[in-house]
Formats: sequence, C-alpha cells, structure tokens
Amino acid sequence: MYQFNYHKPASLDEAVALFREADDPMYLSGGMTLLATMKQRLAAPTDLIDLAGIAEMTGVQVNADAVRVGAFTTHNVVAGSAEIQQALPVLSQLAGLIGDNQVRNRGTIGGSVANSDPSADYPAAVVGLGGTVHTQQRSISGDEFFQDLFETALQPGEIITHIDFPIPKRAAYRKFPNPASRYAVVGVLIADFGGSVRVGVTGAGPCAFRASGIEEVLNEHLDPSAINGVEVPDAGFNNDLHASAEYRAHLVKVMARRALSDLLKT
Amino acid sequence: MKVTLTVNGTEHAVEVPANTLLVDLIRVNLQLTGTHVGCDTTQCGACTVHLDGRAVKACSMLAAQAEGAHVTTIEGIGDPENLHPMQAAFREHHALQCGFCTPGMIMQAIDLIDNNDGLDSQTIREGLEGNICRCTGYHNIVRAIESVANAS
Repeated sequence: MYQFNYHKPASLDEAVALFREADDPMYLSGGMTLLATMKQRLAAPTDLIDLAGIAEMTGVQVNADAVRVGAFTTHNVVAGSAEIQQALPVLSQLAGLIGDNQVRNRGTIGGSVANSDPSADYPAAVVGLGGTVHTQQRSISGDEFFQDLFETALQPGEIITHIDFPIPKRAAYRKFPNPASRYAVVGVLIADFGGSVRVGVTGAGPCAFRASGIEEVLNEHLDPSAINGVEVPDAGFNNDLHASAEYRAHLVKVMARRALSDLLKT
Repeated sequence: MKVTLTVNGTEHAVEVPANTLLVDLIRVNLQLTGTHVGCDTTQCGACTVHLDGRAVKACSMLAAQAEGAHVTTIEGIGDPENLHPMQAAFREHHALQCGFCTPGMIMQAIDLIDNNDGLDSQTIREGLEGNICRCTGYHNIVRAIESVANAS
C-alpha cells in the first residue's frame, strides 16, 4: 500500500472540507473493498478520510412504512438487528449472506452501496425494495443510483449518510454465491408491495438493475411458473471466468423463481 | 502518526506510518506474533483478532482504524497453564495439524459462541467460512467448537 494522509473528521462538514482541500482523496468506510484495492495498488489516494467518527451516519430507525439504516452500519448489525428482523426480514437475511463473519463485522452498507460492485448484495435491496439513498446534500432514488460498473450517481465529495427502505408486504432474496468469495454470481430480490412487484437483480450486469420483464409477468400472476416464459436478454451482462453472460441470464430466472417460492411461503 | 489502543488489557501508544495495518502493529510493534498473516487478502482468517469484542481480520484494517479500541489477540485469552476453554477443546479434539490457522480459528470460534445461541454443526461450519485450514482439518475443528458450545 502506498503512503497517504489519514484523517478522521468528526462531522460531515469537516469531512467534505477535507475532501475539497486534498489532492486525490477517497472516503474510507469499513474498508473491506478499498483497503484490499489499495494493498494491490489498484487505488492510491493521497488522502484517506475515515468516516468512522461521524455520529449521524450510524444507527437504525424503524417506522411504520420504512426502515432507515445509517451508512456506517455494519452488515452484522443489520443481520442481527431484532428491529430489522421484525420489520424487514429480507434485509437482515441479505446482510447475513455477505462475505464472512469477520467481513460482516467491518463492512458497511454505505460503503457497499457507494462502491457499486456488480456482485455486491446490497444493491439488489436498494433497487428491489425501491430504496432512497440520502447524502449530505440530496436524496437519490434507488432506481437512478447505480449507473454502471463501480459507477453511481454520487458526485465527487458526496457522502451517503443513510438509506431508506420502504417496507413491502413481503419479500425474499436468493443468490447464487461464488463458492470462494460468497459474492453473488447472480442475486435476485423480489418485493411484493401488494399490487405491484419489484425485482432487483445484482451480479448479472455491470450494476444492479430492475428485471422489468419479470416484474411485468409477476404483476399479472404472482407464480414462479410465470417466470419461465420471460426472455432475459444477456446483452451487456458480465462475462468472465466465473460465469458467461448467457449463464448469468439463466441464473436470473432460476434465482427469481426460488426467491418467489420463498416469498410465497411468508 | 500516533495510535493509542488497548491490546490484551494493556494500553499502548504506538507511532506508526498511516499505511500500517493493524496486524503489523500487533506483530511488529508489539511483538505479539501469535496472530498470523496467511493470505494478506481477507480470505484465510489467520489474522483474526477481536476488536471491541467482535472478530475482525487484522490484515484488512489500518492500525489507525483501531484508535481507542480494545483489541484481544490469541495471547490475551489464556496461557499454557490456564488455557481458554476453546484452546483446551482444540487440544482435546486434535483440532490442529500444522497450527498455522489455529489462532484465527480460535478467535473466530469464540466470536461464534459469544454471538449465537444453540450452535449446531452446520452453523459452526458456516461460521468458519472466513477461516481456511490448508491441512483441511475442519472436522476436528468443528467438533472442538461444538464441544464448547454444548458445554456453555
């Protein structure tokens, strides 16, 4: 890892000011991706701005129709939160499937979402549940947040402060994990909002997206067999040593059927 | 930069470069070499320590991120005369061959016991996803952890 200047601001304003003053800065959340990237010298920021000291980025709030999760909340806190398990169990279940226990004790929801890794789990929840990503200056719809491979709607200097997830009638998440890394080769989250169904997909494309073809048929018939006839085009899908684009398109339908079967049992 | 942290109950103030990993502060500055570095890429878990009571991989965080924290390493849980129950169970069940992964396995196993009620063998196996034993001695490791889980 190259040398850098380390900062630990106590407020969002201070963090943004440090970012504006630095030469080539990056924000540090849990560091589960960024530090590994820096160790490989694939990233070499001049300044690391650690967000661990900003109190307003932590905590979980549950109200009648939404769950609000502070960006600095670790995966194990989301997985183990009795409040979230009660109000939005699919989010706890999804968080418990990320990486391994030690990684879940460090990795944060804000870091995962800001990184827009094509195989990360949380983006499926942001898209599939129709979440809203809040930053220090605005709110961004989950449908518009993820733009491309490691590309989001965030502007330079912008910090995710918390994420709101609307509470559906019921929801389920299934993923086909890479056996070594536990990253999602494909993951599908289906949420039933009572009359309208949302389907969020991660792993298949350059970033998370809604499977509109599957949503259309499920809005007609909420039945796993309805997915069989849907065409999932693999154009632009990820094609690498883990899985071909064609295989990923196939997995989207398989994971969607399994998620829907789980959903119908709840 | 100066990092102040408590390791195994003793407070230390250590002067390190900002890019120092927590595992290097532990092994090089504090000379606590029971915490191992296997893969150095967050995969093998040999560097697992407890940070404020939870298992983390010390190769994948900066020493600076442990500012003000309480860190427990394998040296902090027992000694040869007074083994921690998990260490005693690993000895009893022959849960190590070369021993390289053992410190990380034990620290992760203690986290598993502390944070789960009623551990069964499947939950233990899933809980060890972040720890690799290249001797492939998993079966006895699971048995050792199961014995502690059943006793507590």
